[in-house]
Amino acid sequence: MKILVCISNVPDTTTKVKFKEGDSLFDDSGVQWIINPWDELALTRAMELKEDAGNSVNEICVIHVGGASADATLRKALAIGADKAVRIDACPADAYHVAGQIAEYLKENPFDIIFSGIESSDYNGSSVGAMIAEFMDYPGISSVTSVNLDDDDIQVNRAIPGGKQVIKTETPFVAVVQKGIANEPRIPSMRGIMMARKKPLEVKPAAELEVLTESIKFELPQEKGACKMIDSESTEQLVDLLKNEAKVL
Amino acid sequence: MSVIAFAKNWNGKFKNSTFELVSYTKALANQLNTNMVVLSIGEVAEEELKLLGNYGADKVLTVSDPQLNTLTSRAYADIVAKAADSVGAEVIVLSDNNSGKAIAPRVSVKLKAGLVAAVQELPVSLEPFVVKKRVFSGKAFGHVQIKSDKKILTIAKNCFGLVKNPCDITIEEFAVDIDTNLFKVKIVEEEEQKDKVILSDADVVVSAGRGMRSPENWAPVEELAEVLGAATACSRPVSDEGWRGHEEHVGQTGKVIAPNLYIAAGISGAIQHVAGISRSKCIVAINTDPEAPIFSVADYGIVGDVMDVLPRLTEAFRNSKS
Repeated sequence: MKILVCISNVPDTTTKVKFKEGDSLFDDSGVQWIINPWDELALTRAMELKEDAGNSVNEICVIHVGGASADATLRKALAIGADKAVRIDACPADAYHVAGQIAEYLKENPFDIIFSGIESSDYNGSSVGAMIAEFMDYPGISSVTSVNLDDDDIQVNRAIPGGKQVIKTETPFVAVVQKGIANEPRIPSMRGIMMARKKPLEVKPAAELEVLTESIKFELPQEKGACKMIDSESTEQLVDLLKNEAKVL
Repeated sequence: MSVIAFAKNWNGKFKNSTFELVSYTKALANQLNTNMVVLSIGEVAEEELKLLGNYGADKVLTVSDPQLNTLTSRAYADIVAKAADSVGAEVIVLSDNNSGKAIAPRVSVKLKAGLVAAVQELPVSLEPFVVKKRVFSGKAFGHVQIKSDKKILTIAKNCFGLVKNPCDITIEEFAVDIDTNLFKVKIVEEEEQKDKVILSDADVVVSAGRGMRSPENWAPVEELAEVLGAATACSRPVSDEGWRGHEEHVGQTGKVIAPNLYIAAGISGAIQHVAGISRSKCIVAINTDPEAPIFSVADYGIVGDVMDVLPRLTEAFRNSKS
């Protein structure tokens, strides 16, 4: 069984975002790039499934759509334990474009399970996984909090408001994963980093695909007014302010 | 031309977020000078469908097939796309929730319609069609142009509010062939908490962090939540430590919420936490450290030990009710 993990290369979650060229472009100077947090958890879960001798996962490949600047992030994914990395050499214009590129790769290189993070922490499109499923005409499961294989019988948990569903599916399928899919992301070991240098990182040319949406401008949120401090003995005053000033009760 | 909204139901009932979706879509239809159609999938009683008319819906298409009572994203997407085609919809609007996230991308591929997720307000311009959305997990907003003829939006919860607009409503069954091949995913078990307020729907949220010091200390948080009819939540370290379940984690990698009131007890307010709560209408912070970053995003703050302040606050809320 082969697992494909889609990787987005995003600014570190502590980045203070800035824009340039008349607020039309993200200013990436000095930005530290990381594997998108949900994708990192997906990769971790894929590794756990491969390490469990009870099932037949024999290959984990990570895939990314973007330029050469993402290669360091893909090497990190290899150091964590992926067997192979693929980068589609295209400017990731929008979710439709990215999902279409990955679908083109999948048509030539089939996988059994495709993991995609619920969103990327940069453009928060939350669409790529479900779009891949539709391009490929595969079943897709959203809001996935666990994937288990028992003799290759697949059981997936999906979060629903205030609860969960346990789902069985056939392969191939797309799992759009969120928090809970793995507990802690793995940190590459020294040995992993050494081995990653020898693992394949294939660069594929982009397919001709349409772009349906375009980011044209960014703005920063308005500064919040000062916090009104209340004495810890005066909780009645806070209740009064919430009722009569903020009017949120 | 028209605009279509997909009104999701939960066990045959709509939520306020559904009515917000209808309110938004009606305003969008007015802005585009066209009409709105609302689509409902699965069995919903006529009385419930009529509630959509309170928010400006004058025409509802319903596909009341019992095999559609639970979400199957492929089948739902197929129906949404067919209904959009049949009414000649230029814009399709869904809620930015679990089901919207599952369906909208599929419809986008089917119709080659540009999708923007978690839109914050009505389009900032119509020619070209530009909408505003949260990016960088709430650290900024992006203006995104949709270039395709057909367009799909999902709208962020609490971005628009409810707008009463009573209409005479006509309800029509939308006849559509349902491809049974699209039901390859089988739900074998379902668990739902019936007794707790659901975090993603809650108007008031009481959230606590490491300042509680131990998982045994959660009673004051739960008591305050009970008095307020609030949902409980927590910060990432708390869920990572296993003090509370992952489903309670709010923040960049957990749930992103937008309640009217968010009470943060013993949460320092790391940038990743703020990403999950910055759309709250009002934030109250309680922390021993007056320099904690949570106070820079809070509207009201109390410096003090949560174990002392929370019970007093609970008492104050209780007294204000009686």
